[in-house]
Amino acid sequence: MTTPTRTRPTVTSGIGDSPLRPDGVPKLKGEFQYAQDLWSEGMLWGATTRSPHARARIVSIDIGPALATGGVHAVLTADDVPGPGMFGLEHPDQPVLASDEINYWGEPVAIVAAEDPDTARRAAAAVVVEYEALPPLTDPEEADRADSVFRRLQIRSGDQEVTGEVVVEGYYEVGTQDQAPLGTEAGLAVPDGSGGVDLYATSQFVHADQSQVVEALGLRPEQVRSHPTGVGGAFGAREDVNLHIHLVMLALHTGQPVKMVYQRSESFTGHVHRHPARMWYRHHATRDGKLVRVEAKILLDGGAYASTTSAVLANACYFAVGPYRVDSVLVEGIGVKTNNPPCGAMRGFGAVQSNFGYESQMDRLAAELGMDPLELRRRNALATGDRNPTTQQVIQTPLPVAECIDSLAAIPLPDGDDPILPGGSGLTTDRSHIVRGVGYSVGIKNLGFSEGSDDYAEARVRLTDEGAVVETAAIEVGQGLVTVLAQMARTALGISKAIVRHVDTSRIGSAGSTSASRQTQISGGAVMEASRRLRERILAHHGGDELDDLGVHRAGELIAPMSELIREGWEETYTFRHPPTTPPDDDGHGDIHADFAIAAHRAVVDVDPELGLVRVVRVDTAQDVGRVLNPVSVQGQIEGGIMQGVGLAVMEELVIQDGVIRNPNFTDYLLPTILDAPDVEMLLIEQGSWWGPFGAKGVGEPPTISSTAAVAAAIRNAIGRDLNRVPVRPEDIAL
Amino acid sequence: MTVNGQPVSAEVEPRTLLVHFLREDLRLTGTHVGCETGYCGACTVHVDGEPVKSCTMFAVQADGANVTTIEGIASNGDLHPVQEGFWERHGLQCGYCTPGMIMSSVALLSKNDRPSEEEIRHGIEGNLCRCTGYHNIVQAVQFAAARMRGEEPPAADWEGGE
Ligand code: FES
Ligand code: FES
Repeated sequence: MTTPTRTRPTVTSGIGDSPLRPDGVPKLKGEFQYAQDLWSEGMLWGATTRSPHARARIVSIDIGPALATGGVHAVLTADDVPGPGMFGLEHPDQPVLASDEINYWGEPVAIVAAEDPDTARRAAAAVVVEYEALPPLTDPEEADRADSVFRRLQIRSGDQEVTGEVVVEGYYEVGTQDQAPLGTEAGLAVPDGSGGVDLYATSQFVHADQSQVVEALGLRPEQVRSHPTGVGGAFGAREDVNLHIHLVMLALHTGQPVKMVYQRSESFTGHVHRHPARMWYRHHATRDGKLVRVEAKILLDGGAYASTTSAVLANACYFAVGPYRVDSVLVEGIGVKTNNPPCGAMRGFGAVQSNFGYESQMDRLAAELGMDPLELRRRNALATGDRNPTTQQVIQTPLPVAECIDSLAAIPLPDGDDPILPGGSGLTTDRSHIVRGVGYSVGIKNLGFSEGSDDYAEARVRLTDEGAVVETAAIEVGQGLVTVLAQMARTALGISKAIVRHVDTSRIGSAGSTSASRQTQISGGAVMEASRRLRERILAHHGGDELDDLGVHRAGELIAPMSELIREGWEETYTFRHPPTTPPDDDGHGDIHADFAIAAHRAVVDVDPELGLVRVVRVDTAQDVGRVLNPVSVQGQIEGGIMQGVGLAVMEELVIQDGVIRNPNFTDYLLPTILDAPDVEMLLIEQGSWWGPFGAKGVGEPPTISSTAAVAAAIRNAIGRDLNRVPVRPEDIAL
Repeated sequence: MTVNGQPVSAEVEPRTLLVHFLREDLRLTGTHVGCETGYCGACTVHVDGEPVKSCTMFAVQADGANVTTIEGIASNGDLHPVQEGFWERHGLQCGYCTPGMIMSSVALLSKNDRPSEEEIRHGIEGNLCRCTGYHNIVQAVQFAAARMRGEEPPAADWEGGE
């Protein structure tokens, strides 16, 4: 490991430090305003009428009884939607309110505004909708055969005829995971009295919310301002629009502020989920463990509407081989359209699913060859300067695959019993029945947006009497962006006082989405560059050679004090773009991605094979982080990300039957508790990034990508049997 | 009832939950709602000193009781040692679980001023956190326990080697 470089050591709380969170005190005192907490005098409460069918035709809607409920101010249906009435993050294919057909269970049909939340919910239930139920399409393989698809992607590299001396095949499945952020969807829309609206709602991407509201309702862009607001976790669930357009419609219709908060059960249908996957794999290798060819077919169920299925499928396919060298590749990817709940982004999107496939295959191949599983991975490890086997793009960024594997292997394995038994507080397990297993997985994912999308972020840095103020629309979801952007401004400017201020869509350009591990690199790039330019302009203007908290100096002498600089009103706005990418050609090749990150995980599990219970004892990791800008935030991202990977491995699954979610609550959708949390030992590999600010890479997603497959591998190792599906359920182990 | 030391009285419907009374009638929005089903602990408050998930209790059941919410934990603007622990040990990310976590932790430490790691985990197992992976939450409580005993808190594990 190398230590982070500090350009000007005089700055405190700059790059490489771990300053306390600036939003810590309000969050600790209960004073921080989450979207749930917003309040406006005279506001109404919104509620949504949703379809009880996964597929149906709407025969009639009678809003009379709902409208007659005392305290109800509005009941709106598709007939009341001004403008085209369609939205979607990548394709506007989803109706704001269903007009004649229902395509998934829980699809919104009507919205209500009333004087209190209970009345609003009662009125929403009083909307009489007559449906003609139709048989839903819920089998993704049937959807593939019927060509009901959002996207097909084929990747062909190298000689398609070669075969290996050793061939292993497998079929794998990943269940539907939910982001389950602890705060549900919530928001407030406030009419401005002249036909416009200020929207404050849970989000990862306010500019995309704003443009979808404007386009769906046929408004002028200046009529809608979307404001960043307090978010109780996201993990992908807040990238798509849900209650946003409804709130704006109700506020414009009633002329009053309208607030809406989804209950947990509604939240499970109100946001998109992680795509469930079916994957067929064939790996060819030489006897001494060199990969010769990888064939994969990956089927993702996108559910009823497009959301980000195209990007998720792309990731699953481009990373279908993993961080390994192989000359011959054939990947067939299909993102199907069904009547299941819509799926979209969740932490590690696409890369999580295929990681479970290719890493299960690597273990199977290692067993077939009688080789140590880490040794097989080491022999095939991809490195900087190689071509990515799928896209054929030359990898320019530092790619420490072998280093991650070696570092992980060097972390000592635990000896001795874990104090917590499988089964947790149920304590049904007898210690003598426990068997221990160890499993590995190595993952790769792109950072930022790919396939030729114009990925950029704007940020502004101003000198004020509060210090340097960073203005941005990049959303803080808990990851610590407000901390790290201020650190960057401090270091790049040379000033110790810096804060981050969120501003609405009318006051700054887009920062893009808080997703794809991109904000530290891309909004960070904008902040660093704006700060650097501001510093240079100030120094040039005053003819100085140093800027610090006191002001501008020349040859050690203060020539313009900070108070003067503040009076001069300095500011700099910068739009940062990562190196351009290209769309794929017919073989799936091109400069598809801007940057990559690697993580390796080793899981240790205790299993009671008779009861099918698992305790994940520890998950150790080595992760390629570029440069550590804030050690404590990086650690927090890694521990939290691993926990979500463990959740997918052993407990988190939305049970969907005939298109209906059977467990939309925290009693039946199991989330890891503090007793399920494994110990984590981590090594951070710092080799920089080829363009990230201060050498940073995104760190949020890699912890979630390969931790799931490592846990599954450890369970296999403990019970000595094959497991081809996550989450691993007790009956998969015990029967 | 008394809330954070202030007497409050109001007419409420019998079915009003304590959490809604606190959030909507008193506008004490630091008590959060994560699940409405008694599972996540985001709504934890103290009723007569005992931790209670306020989504599982009607407001009228707290008639005459002494209720403390997250807003009543700091004294004269100074952070409570548990709040300090969560800040110093990075025990929060989005912070949505944090008020409930703090209320459960304060209750735990009032009964056990020297909890082992296992006792901490069992003491707050009714509180879910989706962001942190819990590790720093354990460290936050250990920090607070030491502070409340008047001892120097243990070094954070990222300060290893010190
Ligand atoms: S909101 Fe009360 S326990 Fe979740
Ligand atoms: S910090 Fe987000 S839920 Fe705990």
